[in-house]
Parts: sequence; structure tokens; C-alpha cells
Amino acid sequence: MKAPIYAYILIMWGLIIAGGGLLISIIGPLRIEGYGRYNELLDSGIKAAIAILLVVLWVFIMSKIKNWIFHKQIRN
Amino acid sequence: MMLDKTIAAVAVSAIAFLVVYAATPPLIRALERRKLVVKDYNRVGGANVARPGGPAILAGILASELVLYGLYSSPAVLAIILTTSLSFLVGLADDRRVLGGWFKPLALAASAAPILLLGYFWPHLVYDPQLGFPLFGHVTIPLLYMGLVIVMIPITGNTINSIDVLNGVASGFMMIASFALSLCLFIVHNYDIAMASLPLGFVSAAFYRYHKFPSRIFPGDSGALTLGAMYGTIAIVGHVEIVAAIALLPAVINSFLFLSSVKRVIEHRQLKANPVEHTDDFKLKATADRDAPVTLVRLIVANKPMTEKEVGFAIFKLAFFSAALAVATSFMMGVRL
Repeated sequence: MKAPIYAYILIMWGLIIAGGGLLISIIGPLRIEGYGRYNELLDSGIKAAIAILLVVLWVFIMSKIKNWIFHKQIRN
Repeated sequence: MMLDKTIAAVAVSAIAFLVVYAATPPLIRALERRKLVVKDYNRVGGANVARPGGPAILAGILASELVLYGLYSSPAVLAIILTTSLSFLVGLADDRRVLGGWFKPLALAASAAPILLLGYFWPHLVYDPQLGFPLFGHVTIPLLYMGLVIVMIPITGNTINSIDVLNGVASGFMMIASFALSLCLFIVHNYDIAMASLPLGFVSAAFYRYHKFPSRIFPGDSGALTLGAMYGTIAIVGHVEIVAAIALLPAVINSFLFLSSVKRVIEHRQLKANPVEHTDDFKLKATADRDAPVTLVRLIVANKPMTEKEVGFAIFKLAFFSAALAVATSFMMGVRL
């Protein structure tokens, strides 16, 4: 039963690195301008919303992979 | 200069190890005298084991980090000292009386306040509001990073606490993860924080001596949260958040499996069914109870029953695997696609 756990760790690692790339390519170049003193607040708010969405997506994917890898044990 | 730092690193490591090594036996005796013991249900006969070991762990951390602060007056080390001490108090409160499932995450979030306050007074010397990823570079997220600081301490604290289920596992796992983190900090050339991180590994190693199977003392919430919070603080002040998370993956998986099966934040003691049970020869086996949560230990013993010691070593092997991935990731931090 240990090989699937190692596989799960490896998949988690890959998803962290891929998710980081996605985060940087989406959030990195993002600049909100034209709202005066609200620029920074809007910029941070939108970046936070995107980051939270990506984390939720990551958790969702990990949950699906968990069910797929450990389905036999979880069902038992 | 480099020689000075090497001597300081050796000194603080030795202080951390020796303080915990020397302080734990009298702490065990004092706890036993005051009947502060809990039953070890996984042991044949259910021996009583002293708890909590947090005070000895904190003593080792404070002794070594205060020496380091005295030598270099680093605000990052001060952040480690203050956040770790506050997290210890949260754990001690939970050791003394049973508190609600949400108490610890919220109180640990408050324990992160010194990082933000010191970061306000010493910008860039405590933390940088940048999240670095291997291969892709970093992203600057000033406000979002403050939120990350606040959630990081409860996550690392509770993650280590949640893996403290068998003799020696929390301290042994922390020893592997924190030495890996120190190595990663050296690889990314953050020598000052690498030096500040060494006491965490040595404190864990000294405590493991008494916590390993058969345990003479349990860390308790005060010990586990102290170790986890210090680990999280080092990740922040050392700018190695992602690498630190990777070294902790087996414990993260344990928390993730647990939360996704119970679907709410609760304490282990509130569970209606245990994830593992005992065979006649006192090995651990996965329960057939459908209401029991899925945990890392339950998955490890899913195919065949194992002794507590064997399960502990299986978790340590996973910790070494994650540590290797963390080290590989820290090498990748310097590479750009």
C-alpha cells in the first residue's frame, strides 16, 4: 500500500510546481491602473481572488486523484 | 566572517540538542509526580506516558535562538522566538484543558502577529512579500502575502500536531523535515536563516531520544505546535515557503485525507470511530468502520497489519522521500524556464 502514497506525493509535488507556474504567468504580469488610489487595493484583491481560485482548483484536483488512487482502501 | 558563522551554527546546534537532552528526564519525572500522564493505547497493557514535553522543546529552542539573537540581533530570529513562544502558549492551553476545534487555528493565526509587526518595522529583514516558485521565478503579492503569513502558522502547527499519533513520529518526522529545510536554505544561499533553522532539527533529534518507541514522554499540543510553528516561521523568514511545504508533504497528505473524510475542523478526540484498531498480537490494522476517517496510518496498514514501530519507519521513509523532493526543488529555484 505504500507505492500509491509515494505516487500521490510525487503528483502533489508536480502540481505544486505546475500551479506555481500558472500563478506566476497569470498574476505576475497583472497590473490594475486608472483607479487612482484604489489601484493597489484592486490589484491585490484581484490577485488574491485568482490565487484562492487556483488553490481551490488544486484541492479539487488532489481530492479527485486521492479518490482515484486510494479508492479501494477508502471504499473498504 | 564565514568561520564565525560556522562556529555560531555549531554552538547553537549543540545548545539546542543538549538543553532538550538534559531537560527532558527531569520534566518526565516532574510530570509523573504531578500525575500528568496519559494512556498509550497502542502499547500492550496501556502504559501511562508523561505529557506534555513542550516545555523541554521550547527551552531548547529559546536557549539556542536567544544566543543567536545575542550574536547577530536579527529581527528574523526575533520573529522566530516570539511566534514560536506564542504558539507554545496556545498548545499549553490546549494541553491543560480541552478546547474547541477552531480555537487552535485562530489562536495560531494570532501567533503570527510578531512576524507581521517586525516585518512592518524592518521591511525585507523579516519577510519579503514575494512567493518564489522553482523554474518560473517569483510573484510579488504585498497584501496577499500578509494573508499567507497568517494562515501559514496554523497550517504548519496543526499539520505537525495531526501527525503526532504514534510513538516518535512527530519528533522523528520534524527532525527529517527540518534538516532538509536547513539544507535547502544552504542551497539557496540563505545562510543566516539556515543557521537559525538548525536548532529545530537538533531539538527534534534530542526529543526523539525520549519520544521514540516505547515513548517515555509525548510532546503534547504544546510540543507539536511549537515545532510546527517554528518550521512555518522559518519558511517565511527564509523565503522558502514552497520548499518547506514540499518537505512536509506526508503530514500535509495526512491532514488533507483527514479533513476531506470528516469534512470539518475537529479534534482527534472528538472522532466517533478510530481509523485503526489492534489485532490480537497488538499490531495496527485498518478499521472496517465506514465512519472512521481516512488517515496516513490507515492507508499504510491497509494491506497488512504492522507494529507501531514499523508504521513509524514507513512514515519516516515517506518523510525522506519528500525531503529529497524538497532538496531537488531548492536546486530548481535557481533555474528559469
